Amino acid sequence: MAQEAGGQAFRADRLNAVVLLVIFSGAVLLYTHWAKKGKPLFLRKIPGLDAVEEAVGRATEMGRPVLFVPGIAELDEIETIAGISILGRVAKITAEYGTPLRVPVRYPLVLAAGQEVVQQAYIEAGNPDGYDEDMVRYVAGEQFAFTANVNGYMMRERPATNIYMGAFFAESLLLAETGNAAGSIQIAGTARPEQLPFFIAACDYTLMGEELYAASAYLSHEPVMLGGLKGQDFVKMLIAIAIIIGVILVTLNMGDTYSNWFIQT
Amino acid sequence: MRTTVPVIVAFLSGIILVVSFFFQETSFIGGLSQELKVWLTIVGGFTLLLGVVSITRVNFSGVVRRRPGWGYKILTLISIFAMAIPSILPTSWSPLFGRNAGSIYDWLFVNLDSPMMATMFATLAFYIASAAYRAFRARSAESTILLITATVVMLWRVPMGEALLNMLPGDIPSFLNTYVMGGANMAVQRGIIIGAALGAASMSLRIILGIERTYMGKG
Repeated sequence: MAQEAGGQAFRADRLNAVVLLVIFSGAVLLYTHWAKKGKPLFLRKIPGLDAVEEAVGRATEMGRPVLFVPGIAELDEIETIAGISILGRVAKITAEYGTPLRVPVRYPLVLAAGQEVVQQAYIEAGNPDGYDEDMVRYVAGEQFAFTANVNGYMMRERPATNIYMGAFFAESLLLAETGNAAGSIQIAGTARPEQLPFFIAACDYTLMGEELYAASAYLSHEPVMLGGLKGQDFVKMLIAIAIIIGVILVTLNMGDTYSNWFIQT
Repeated sequence: MRTTVPVIVAFLSGIILVVSFFFQETSFIGGLSQELKVWLTIVGGFTLLLGVVSITRVNFSGVVRRRPGWGYKILTLISIFAMAIPSILPTSWSPLFGRNAGSIYDWLFVNLDSPMMATMFATLAFYIASAAYRAFRARSAESTILLITATVVMLWRVPMGEALLNMLPGDIPSFLNTYVMGGANMAVQRGIIIGAALGAASMSLRIILGIERTYMGKG
């Protein structure tokens, strides 16, 4: 009876996803294992991330604050978690340099996570007294009220560096253009293709899609985390090969079974 | 302990949510994942208080210390409590309480909040114009191609422009639809989406397995 219930419970139509999940997890774990063993891994340069320290240094020289916006989505969005991870790295640099940091957030859960991460960064940087609870502050729950608050801050305080990392929507251009008008160096990162052109037009550096998720591993320089990125690249190569095979088969009018296998019902 | 417990919670929650994707919602694991989502809502509800405390503390201290713009901070505090307090009071006390039509909350929302949000959104048009001016300057071969493509696509997207393009020889709107939007544009977008999806999956895996702890300020 239990077996019958179990059989019905499993979604056989998602078997393709199980296969992809196993391949993906296997590749990530394998590369992580190799990285742990000390195998050298090559990673291409991401100029936007290399510019973070330089941008914070500029803020320090100018005696102006650094503004970090971890997107406007809730903490259950992986983009927000990626943004919070990068915030930890940025906070560590501001803690070392003694540069003021301002992090406006839109959700209380992000506030709690942000405060924890920034405080930890200041402790690890050996500057626990430099931490102020109000560095990370909840400003508004409404999308455009949040934007108005952040834009107002940019025009009044003129932060030297603005970093936008996370999930952004219609406010992306409002924020980035205001920062541009305020003369700040701007680094943005989002996985939303529809917002990328706005950031590219108004920011000095933009992390596109996967670069946002790679940022925390890239900045950490930890081999174990970099192994995950290599595993991801390996699967991307497999997907590219699968796409090329699909294009050939469909062109030859033989691709129905092949392409149907990839379609999730 | 401060690191171990969150890692264990992240591992269990992540595994349950991943595995539940492959099972019916009515199954045990499906029910468990629904339960987790309810917990998330409850935890989120509790943290709302953190937000209120943060915004009140920041603005209140600004008023007390007479920081620049302290008058606006008073307005912020008044606005927060003028919206929140009447909305949580029972409607049985007065029809002005609660969130129904005719309540104080509803009046403030319809007559102040919504128009202000719409105004902010409307300013986007001006920001787009200034960003487009900077992005579409023909400084190189690539930006010239971008300028020409963007101009033609924008023309096509407005009725008058489409009518103008239809007057020209060849089916330009169909070409734009098939090759520019459905071809080049979509191919690039899908490339970014595939990369981002893999990046998100990779990061999720690192978090579930406890390899990545930077979201807790560790590592």
